Amino acid sequence: MNMSRPRLSKTLVLSAFAAVVALILTGPLSGLVLEGYDFKTRFSAPLQIAAFVLIVRFIAGLLPESWLAPRQKNEAAPRATRFKTWQLVLGGLLVYIALASLVLIASKYWLSVGILALIYILLGLGLNIVVGFAGLLDLGFVGFYAVGAYGYALGHQYLGLGFWAAIPLAAMLAGLFGMILGFPVLRMHGDYLAIVTLGFGEIIRLVLNNWIAFTGGPNGIDAPAPTFFGWEFKANATQGGVPFHEVWGLDYSSGMLDGFIFLVLLTVVALVIYAVTRLRGMPIGRAWEALREDEIACRSLGLNHVFTKLSAFAMGASIGGLAGVFFAASQGFVSPVSFSFFESALVLAIVVLGGLGSVTGVILAALFLTLMPEALREFSDYRILIFGFAMVLIMIWRPRGMIQQRRPFFTRAKG
Amino acid sequence: MKPTPILELKDVSVAYGPTKVLHAVNLHVMPGEIVTLIGSNGAGKTTLLKSLYSAPAPYSGSIFLNDFDITSIPTHEVSKRGMSLVPEGRRIFPAMSVVENLAMGLVACADKSHEQATLKKIYELFPRLYERREQRAGTLSGGEQQMLAIGRSMMAKPRLLLLDEPSLGLAPLIVKAIFTTLKQIAADGTTIFIVEQNANQALKLADRAYVLANGVITLTGSGAELLSHDEVRKAYLGAH
Repeated sequence: MNMSRPRLSKTLVLSAFAAVVALILTGPLSGLVLEGYDFKTRFSAPLQIAAFVLIVRFIAGLLPESWLAPRQKNEAAPRATRFKTWQLVLGGLLVYIALASLVLIASKYWLSVGILALIYILLGLGLNIVVGFAGLLDLGFVGFYAVGAYGYALGHQYLGLGFWAAIPLAAMLAGLFGMILGFPVLRMHGDYLAIVTLGFGEIIRLVLNNWIAFTGGPNGIDAPAPTFFGWEFKANATQGGVPFHEVWGLDYSSGMLDGFIFLVLLTVVALVIYAVTRLRGMPIGRAWEALREDEIACRSLGLNHVFTKLSAFAMGASIGGLAGVFFAASQGFVSPVSFSFFESALVLAIVVLGGLGSVTGVILAALFLTLMPEALREFSDYRILIFGFAMVLIMIWRPRGMIQQRRPFFTRAKG
Repeated sequence: MKPTPILELKDVSVAYGPTKVLHAVNLHVMPGEIVTLIGSNGAGKTTLLKSLYSAPAPYSGSIFLNDFDITSIPTHEVSKRGMSLVPEGRRIFPAMSVVENLAMGLVACADKSHEQATLKKIYELFPRLYERREQRAGTLSGGEQQMLAIGRSMMAKPRLLLLDEPSLGLAPLIVKAIFTTLKQIAADGTTIFIVEQNANQALKLADRAYVLANGVITLTGSGAELLSHDEVRKAYLGAH
């Protein structure tokens, strides 16, 4: 390797320093082992960790510097070629058919994984409206997800609502909750907004957890399986019901329910993707973007900032609520455990990794973060670690996310 | 019969919480005039403009726009009544293109049919904006950004254009060019009210002027009168 001597020695010093820091940080954690009320010291573990850090840091130092520096984008590069509308529609339709036909071949397991991925795509798209388009940092998005899921489960228990009625109603209910959250935070930005929304998400979870008489508390509550025109996806119909497979003369399979939910969810995701893409170009989308950039200028221009912000919260929340309905329907059961802050963080990670404001990026990131842990089942203990690494790497190399949503600085004006 | 003023402030007093900033200010702008309000830092110039948009609304007194009481109507409703503000420090949308910035000026208009014609007129006033119409607004120079801010406010075809320190942070030559354009805008029939610290330029342009000090109007007269007024020369024009 062709490397100058000063850089080599500098790398050595830095590696040693990193090892010492690792020793200090991990020493108490891994070096002290509790034994009853006493503890004994164990030197081998922290030394191994320090040695590992030393080696990794040294190797990183040997890599060419250009690998580690943030990539400079060529801003003057011409805009990517635009597709025509009919090409997009046709492409979308083909992708939809291809994905829908997966139902015929995929196993029950992979269908449920697919459902999970689609649910996170929905969540990501919903939060992307609030965080990506309108620039309002929301750390309590899981609250709306919970409202949707519980809206379906409780709606069935108390009002006898079915799956199909729950889809629009739970979305509207979640939208309403979005507006309820929106009102007190109208004057807030950045950190303050993040703290209030974080609290809001926790309030919803705690209410669900503690209002035992209404929600069943930590024991959770059953969510009914969806039906298709009244036909049930069960081996034997419950009182008066008709099983789907008998109507169509098919053999019963337990994957039918998942296949059905997958198809409905895929359709909903496709519609939401279409709606969100259209929203960007509509006056309301432009208003969100302008509000993100400069609120005072917007107000002086006559933009109703109350309506604009509330609409972003409500729109994002109702998409989150939709995701909740499908989550409840596919699990058949909801409990507050599913709606912890970790879910909010995961969805935010999807939006940030994908690229704030980018629909394609959010879809890719959602697929990555939900399918990867399934593919790496054996390493499930390390998935949070891998998330962390992915976050750090993305933030170093692509600070604006995988798909960067930004305009070119300069373009040659036409005409 | 006396013609009605396009903008009239009657005994307007404004406070931020317990801090009183403006004390019973009386001021009016007649249609077709260029009026300027000069004053030093902290005199209450920007507060006066903000009070027109009820942000904050005056705690006493009233404000009339074309004889319509706008004293405490919501901020976003004010722009729908024929008045546009070019805010202090320009406040353009840096990540949006020049055209998109201009389009945002139409938010307040229920009827957007005049868009193309007005856009063309703005490009005639500021040819630089036409050259850079696809460019991100954040990459424009300070002077170009000020042009964009003025253009954006003109998109709503206001009868009264308010400007808050349009010379802020700009080179003297650019200031001169922008003031020349303002004169042209006024000649086309838009009434202009400029709040300025750059008293020299503003007084040269204005038909009439007010001097604001510590929240009180201390002097008023034609632009030329104030330019030669001893106190004004001492306090604002740097004469000794």
